[in-house]
Amino acid sequence: MSHNRDHGEGPNRRKVLECMTWAGTGVLWTIAGGVPHSLGLVGEAAAQEAKGLTFLQISDSHMGFDKPANPNVKGTLEEAIGRIKAIPAKPAFMIHTGDITHLSKEQEFDDAEKIISQAKLDVHYVPGEHDIIDPENKLYKERYGRGTKGSGYYSFDANGVHFMGLVNVANLKGGGMGSLGDEQLKWIEDDLKGRSASQPIVVFAHIPLWALYPTWGWGTEDSEQALGHLKRFGSVTVLNGHIHQVMQKVEGNVTFHTARSTAFPQPAPGAAPSAGPLKVPDDKLRTMLGTASVTFKQGEQRLAIIDTPLAG
Amino acid sequence: MKFVIARAFGAMVLLVASMAAANAANIEVKIDNFSYSPQTVTVKAGDTVTWTNGDDIPHTVTSKTGAFRSKALDTDDKFSFTFTTPGAFPYFCALHPHMTGSIVVEASGGT
Repeated sequence: MSHNRDHGEGPNRRKVLECMTWAGTGVLWTIAGGVPHSLGLVGEAAAQEAKGLTFLQISDSHMGFDKPANPNVKGTLEEAIGRIKAIPAKPAFMIHTGDITHLSKEQEFDDAEKIISQAKLDVHYVPGEHDIIDPENKLYKERYGRGTKGSGYYSFDANGVHFMGLVNVANLKGGGMGSLGDEQLKWIEDDLKGRSASQPIVVFAHIPLWALYPTWGWGTEDSEQALGHLKRFGSVTVLNGHIHQVMQKVEGNVTFHTARSTAFPQPAPGAAPSAGPLKVPDDKLRTMLGTASVTFKQGEQRLAIIDTPLAG
Repeated sequence: MKFVIARAFGAMVLLVASMAAANAANIEVKIDNFSYSPQTVTVKAGDTVTWTNGDDIPHTVTSKTGAFRSKALDTDDKFSFTFTTPGAFPYFCALHPHMTGSIVVEASGGT
């Protein structure tokens, strides 16, 4: 199943709902001429022999989670990595959009590293709120924070695309949602200064950078300011996790997309009393977990994003 | 002589402390479905509030003013805090900050 946004129309509600009901492992993203679009499931993505830059997104591995919604999160992460290894055209790298662990324990970080490293790809991480709850918040920073600024944000370039890994889970204020904070907003402004508006930008962070469902805290309170700095760019792709399901929105030049978890599904917004882990029948679980792949093609208008479930 | 007075004073302090403890209540707040229940609780100075996390996701109990702060509470973990100062103590979950609650502490009315 693929999201094709070549005609530039925003997704209607029905399409969004379709996305939400997908089952899967990952999202394969393709950046084509600056705008990422979903190629569909991981298997389909590979079949399209996308040229240009292809990278993978995994999210919300929650190592250490052992509740009924999925008592074997190591097993499902291994399955996701196994599928990534099986993609014929090797992706350039992987991004992990946070909640690597469930409780920020050393053993959980070790387990994640052991499994994810089997993909033999560089991995660019951003933390989820579950990764920074050890007493001194040091385990994530020790492992993944080297060379980053503030709470762990950074940027890099690949194949002419500018990538920005942001942190919107630190120093959260009571009554609020995700937050970037003034220091990071200033850095975003500076980091983009002087860049050509035609350079494709990919922003990734844990909590969605749009007000997806504020009732459950699914949004980032100061994301508008960040998006303001991105307004002049012709192609902006925002990749998030946190909500453990695929959701997509296109607004002007900005495509927002959330990836599935490899650990457990969460309910659609408002479909349950809370956002807690969703227990589904065992034979359905793998249809609701997955990864994503993104491909950027020079000279085309959109990135291709493929969400791939572990099964189904 | 001095020693005896000190001991007698010590015993009185213990007695007063145990009387206060006998009057103090222990109030339970449950965390379920990403909310604190009851959301607002009124207690007397000296009372202890105990939060228990019933969710499959960790939460915290974090004072907005820094008066108290739990570690991340996994499923069935508890956190207790004894309130000694009258006033309002709003708090939230540092992981899911849309979750908020408040403890209102009234003067204990003399012991």
